[in-house]
Amino acid sequence: MRDFICGKIKKIKPSGIRRLFDIASEIPDVISLGVGEPDFDTPWHIREEGIYSLHKGRTFYTSNSGLIELRAEIAAFMRRKYGLTYDPEKEIVVTVGGSEAIDIALRATLDPGDEVAYPEPCFVSYEPCILLSDGVPVPIALSSETEFRLTPELLEAAVTPKTKALLISYPNNPTGAIMEREDLEKLAPVILKHDLLVISDEIYSELSYKERHVSIASLPGMRERTVVINGFSKSYAMTGWRLGFACAPAEIIKYMLKVHQFGIMSAPTMSQYAAVSALRNGDKDIAVMAESYNQRRRFLMERFREMKLPCFEPYGAFYAFPDISEFGMSSEEFCEALLKAENVAVVPGSAFGACGDGHVRISYAYSIEALKEAMSRLARFVEKMRAK
Amino acid sequence: MEGKTREEILRLLEANARYTAKDIAAMLGMEEEEVKNEIEAMERERVICGYHALVDWDKTDDEKISALVELKVTPQRGDGFERIAEKIYQYPEVESLYLMSGGYDFTVILKKATMKEIANFVSSRLAVIEEVQSTATHIVLARYKDHGMQLAAPKKDMRMVVTP
Repeated sequence: MRDFICGKIKKIKPSGIRRLFDIASEIPDVISLGVGEPDFDTPWHIREEGIYSLHKGRTFYTSNSGLIELRAEIAAFMRRKYGLTYDPEKEIVVTVGGSEAIDIALRATLDPGDEVAYPEPCFVSYEPCILLSDGVPVPIALSSETEFRLTPELLEAAVTPKTKALLISYPNNPTGAIMEREDLEKLAPVILKHDLLVISDEIYSELSYKERHVSIASLPGMRERTVVINGFSKSYAMTGWRLGFACAPAEIIKYMLKVHQFGIMSAPTMSQYAAVSALRNGDKDIAVMAESYNQRRRFLMERFREMKLPCFEPYGAFYAFPDISEFGMSSEEFCEALLKAENVAVVPGSAFGACGDGHVRISYAYSIEALKEAMSRLARFVEKMRAK
Repeated sequence: MEGKTREEILRLLEANARYTAKDIAAMLGMEEEEVKNEIEAMERERVICGYHALVDWDKTDDEKISALVELKVTPQRGDGFERIAEKIYQYPEVESLYLMSGGYDFTVILKKATMKEIANFVSSRLAVIEEVQSTATHIVLARYKDHGMQLAAPKKDMRMVVTP
């Protein structure tokens, strides 16, 4: 029989944490700090709106771009939070999570062989999504020395005549790194010089603890070449609702919408109604959750300092990315040993790109009680490893 | 110390009185000593009036019940409601006492007791206070949420153990 599987798909590597997950799922009292999603419930007013939309029988397709009232709220959100103005009619598309928005942005813009530069470590799906769009992934290795911020020099070195786009994600998963306004301002001239499209995944934008998040699209000359991706999963604790959005100039959205309408049709209707309530009434929910994450972040960093585990100060998302290279193991080996010795699951940094090796990703979307217990186990493990 | 940090310490302690000064210091990015001093100062000033465990008695063998009594009273010249309140809150049977706006004046929450004890207390202690015009006693049938905590349905973490 013929091999029915597409060669392109075969080349895509499986997620680097599967094996660890299999081991972790069999240990009954494992403390996992591996989960990359909020531990808060979706605020009740949002859930209620979703339920109400079902009661009202709003169970049919919406417009391909999404409910117009939701797009209007998204436009208001972008203006209120990041000073960006988008036309709800033509410059916004509602997607099935931020992930779909990234996918359709790449598929709508890449021709075969186009290179996409992106800083690593990064969210696991960037490379596969670029490959699925027939693009060529060009990772830019970052390090904790520059707090995992993308510098103009590193970008300049990665750009070739084939580079079409730069894909960035700040605040960052897995490092928790942020890019401040001045970092972005330094990057912009390189982007303009090489006439690049920017796909800016800002899904963690509301979880920024040092200063308010700045969208790269708000810098001079950048809006017309930027697709801003955002969504509800992280800010509003709505991961399972699968709802995101993209904002970009009409000419780009038009083609993203083409991919979206033939592949997806439209995002789930009840999720869209729930999201309207999230944007209208959810600012205080975001503030409460963000403050709680910030407290946990500080707590975690203090514990790292006590156990002398080097970790640059992460100011965004809900991850810390401590350096475990002193133990002379790969990050995967470290995670497996920690899991077996102390029943604590964390994610190897290498799962987010080769340059993430030597680090582990620790999510602090957990209660202080869980973090406290996990940190005393980690401290014990680190001490034992150092005594060896 | 600025008011906001005091509030932050209070909010954390209200959510979990077992947080140590060290925990709170780490969470708020402060020095442990500073947090300790601030908590002690708030205890002295009676901003912090005590520390309690939030108990779901329904999960124990205790069969006593909780009751809430609405009181309508005649306020006194010169003292308003103060002297009446003092008469009421002195009783060890009274857990909480609030002066209310609306159709009645005081809400008295009684400590858990048997039905007989509650009946006795209301009829022989509260109802006979000179200024009390009327009482209405309500029995708590079930507690679902108290002090912002859900008692009936403990939250279960349904997330996958590890995600990318």
